[in-house]
Amino acid sequence: MNALYELLTEKVLAPLVATVIPGAWQDETLYMLQAVIKIVVIVAPLMLCVAYLTFAERKIIGYMQVRIGPNRVGPRGWLQPIADAVKLMFKEIIIPSGASKALFIAAPVLSIAPSLAAWAVIPFEHGMVLADINAGLLYILALTSLGIYGIIIAGWASNSKYAFLGAMRSAAQIVSYEIAMGFALVVVLIAAGSLNLNQIILAQNGSLLHWFWLPLLPVFGVYFISGIAETNRAPFDVAEGESEIVAGFHVEYGGMAFSIFFMAEYANMILISALTSILFFGGWLSPFQGVPVIGEPSLVWLLAKTSMFLFLFLWFRATFPRYRYDQIMRLGWKVFLPITIAWIVVTAGMVVAQVPPWFD
Amino acid sequence: MTAITFYFFAAVLVISALLVITVRNPVHAALFLVLAFFSSAAVWLLLQAEFLAIALVLVYVGAVMVLFLFVIMMLDVNLAPLREGFARYLPLGLTVAALLVVTMAIVIRSGGINATAPAQDTVAGSNTQLLGQALFTDFLYPFEVAGAVLLVAIIAAIALTLRRRSRQLRTPAPGLQVAVRREDRVRIVKMDAEK
Amino acid sequence: MNALLIELPLAWPELALLLLGSVLLVVDTMVPGESRRATCLLAQVALVIVTVLVVAGAPAETNLAFSGHFVSDPMAAALKVAILLVSVMAFSYAADYFDEHGFFRGEFYILGLFAVLGMMVLISAHSLLTVYLGLELLSLSLYSMVALHRDSPSASEAAMKYFVLGALASGMLLYGMSMLYGMTGTLELSALSRAVADLGGNNIVLVFGLVFIVVGTAFKLGLVPFHMWVPDVYEGSPTAVTLFVSSAPKIAAFAMAMRLLVDGLWPMFPAWEGMLIVLSVLSMAAGNVIAISQSNIKRMLAYSTIAHVGFLVLGILSGTATGYAGAMFYAIVYAFMSLGSFGMVMLLSRRQWEHDRLDDFQGLARRSPWFALMMLILMFSMAGVPPFAGFWAKWFVIKEVIAAGHAWLAAVAVVFSVVGAYYYLRIIKLMYFDEPVAMAAPRAAPGVRILLSANALALFVVGVLPGALMALCIRAVGM
Repeated sequence: MNALYELLTEKVLAPLVATVIPGAWQDETLYMLQAVIKIVVIVAPLMLCVAYLTFAERKIIGYMQVRIGPNRVGPRGWLQPIADAVKLMFKEIIIPSGASKALFIAAPVLSIAPSLAAWAVIPFEHGMVLADINAGLLYILALTSLGIYGIIIAGWASNSKYAFLGAMRSAAQIVSYEIAMGFALVVVLIAAGSLNLNQIILAQNGSLLHWFWLPLLPVFGVYFISGIAETNRAPFDVAEGESEIVAGFHVEYGGMAFSIFFMAEYANMILISALTSILFFGGWLSPFQGVPVIGEPSLVWLLAKTSMFLFLFLWFRATFPRYRYDQIMRLGWKVFLPITIAWIVVTAGMVVAQVPPWFD
Repeated sequence: MTAITFYFFAAVLVISALLVITVRNPVHAALFLVLAFFSSAAVWLLLQAEFLAIALVLVYVGAVMVLFLFVIMMLDVNLAPLREGFARYLPLGLTVAALLVVTMAIVIRSGGINATAPAQDTVAGSNTQLLGQALFTDFLYPFEVAGAVLLVAIIAAIALTLRRRSRQLRTPAPGLQVAVRREDRVRIVKMDAEK
Repeated sequence: MNALLIELPLAWPELALLLLGSVLLVVDTMVPGESRRATCLLAQVALVIVTVLVVAGAPAETNLAFSGHFVSDPMAAALKVAILLVSVMAFSYAADYFDEHGFFRGEFYILGLFAVLGMMVLISAHSLLTVYLGLELLSLSLYSMVALHRDSPSASEAAMKYFVLGALASGMLLYGMSMLYGMTGTLELSALSRAVADLGGNNIVLVFGLVFIVVGTAFKLGLVPFHMWVPDVYEGSPTAVTLFVSSAPKIAAFAMAMRLLVDGLWPMFPAWEGMLIVLSVLSMAAGNVIAISQSNIKRMLAYSTIAHVGFLVLGILSGTATGYAGAMFYAIVYAFMSLGSFGMVMLLSRRQWEHDRLDDFQGLARRSPWFALMMLILMFSMAGVPPFAGFWAKWFVIKEVIAAGHAWLAAVAVVFSVVGAYYYLRIIKLMYFDEPVAMAAPRAAPGVRILLSANALALFVVGVLPGALMALCIRAVGM
């Protein structure tokens, strides 16, 4: 993959830029074009995954509820997401009267932009990352905390009670869980001794038992559950709460505007799953290290682990009833926060004591 | 390239900061403040202060302003009465502002400010690490005191807002309700038929 | 690491207070609502423990610690002991007040402990950063203590004003500090002092920074024209809070002025001397004159505070070690006078009713001769009538001002202290020569009665024998 990319930039892109662009700007242009290519290479498969994640969700939940799920469009219903996309694209976007127009349009954009931008620091394989920055973990935390703006602004700009209620619920919920999530990341940071995601994966080098899920077990749970809360997925989907506030913050949206919210939510799910596998399950490391072929670190392992957590997302949705609002708050503040703070101390102790096999 | 990026974000920063205080709608003002924070974070990034930049986004944009917006949206502030006060105090405010501008002009013209930029740090390693080291060695004492300040803020916030529910509040006890037997609720009375 | 372990003992009192405060915070939530008295008692025990630690570790010379952020010197130790004693007494008075008024808040004592911690940090501060942090720790605790009585609109209003103006003053202070830091590149006070000397005290940017520093300090001290918060906060807060706010923090504010102006900006003495003269004259004038027209005793005492702080500043601006000692003497004596006076106001208050008008003192001599006598001592001391402690406080600072060559300033001070005597003597007249309106005698727990009497009598004893305390102050400042 890297070789292909090198070939593309050196043999095709560089000469092209050299002929088209005047001298002084060549370097910058080449740099920008390379970045754009990398972004496309990341985002295009991601969008495809989002489309088929919706399909997977309907199918999996369908089977869990002893139904078949979509099976009419294309062979075994495989073209269903495409059909959905086409339908949504041709629908009219209705802007409610009294809505704040500019913000109403901007909200879906604000919601999807951070969930895509966060992928910039995700390492897909050793060194295969768009931006290998030192503060990667912080960057992730900052961007996941920005997604809330899309929801709040959508709720407020819609000029609708239901949307507003959803937005307010979601604001309180996300801010609360962000704290637990942040502390969970601090624990990972202490354990790995770095904020760089690549370094964090390398710190877990070894077999299945060397990964951080074992020494940081409670924090792993807190992180994943907070991740579900941050993405407003069931059982924390009070922001949508279709049975009480219709569809929450995006009740007034239709067509493409709605589908962008939808894509943002699913892109976030994939992001949280990928992060959980990177932070606690060794990212692209193989669980069978030392064994030939299957012991090699590879992108496949990351994808497999991510899929596993995505499956958990869907499983939870099929299983659990929605939390009540005050229960959500209690869980976040009175359960998760103390657990993570306590585990910061425990982890720091383990690191100082150099507990094998993780911290020696 | 860096210069262009800088001027772009600096311009966005200045314009959005101006809009914060001039737009009519408080929600819009708060959103412009978010934009201002964001672009100043970008400017910091250009100075290679990545930790501070991201912390600014994380803390101010991601948490503080969300709560700010939450409150503004909930309260639905009516700005009309505030604007009346604005007009009334405008002369006084302008006088103070003019005085400040004059003193600042004097200070700047005096040439006392040496305008050389501090030297770029050439140390290797991420500045997050360096910040962490400074914070836990040279600045340990202020750091701990700052922790105490935050603790007081938490105590004060809880002490000032938490209202314990009064004892009189009646809530159903599901356990007792479920444990009810038929004999507790229904009494079957044998009566002779009316004649 | 090792350096840290060596330095740590210097800060034992602060560490102990932080620890005890945090423990108490947890204990308080477990104590059932009715026996919250326990929290008060434990808080006082904590303060006594810390006092013992301060006395045991009192240094003979100046020690810097924690990369120069912390200083431990005789002045710090003496001021800390004074603050701790004042706070223990304030807590005793407060407990009695809360008993009577029926709102028990364990948080009051915990916030009080953290306020004391803030004061101690401020006193031991040796960098701009710790000055600011200590000040914020103190102020934040005080704001919330004022607001603690949530159901009282006047307390909420007072807290709001205090908070907004206090935040503004903190902003000013930070702005000034940023100027100084920008010019000198150091936060540590002695390095700052050297750097300022190198740049020259007349550097206009430094003067610009100094103005903001002085404004921030003047606000915390409550000097005219940055005094607007004082009357409203004193009047609006529950008396128990007022008496805490008005006593110990004044000592801390004195320390803050000493650290910033004397330790950090000594090369700029000519610049800040002039500013302090203006502030001092304005405070003495406005405080004393406006106090005359007050009918609420808390408000009257608030204006009297402003005037007293004006006097206190005279000692600092004289610029000599004995002058600082005089100011320190003034600060300590004032804290005890204020404690006693507000304690008396509290003695008269009843459930749901503060009894804080001047008229409530009418005929106190008939209702309770003993406490009328105590109030007499307090008021004479406040007015500066010999042989009470307040007289010596004024005497020392005025003497120093004359020695520093500001005879006219001394004359102004004397004139205004005569003006000020009027309203203190008016209370004595009300107590002794007017007919009582209400016949209710003051009420308080026996312990509080004894403490209050001791408080007032101490002012008399110090008045008769001022030498010991003054010697202590001179040794503490000892330059």
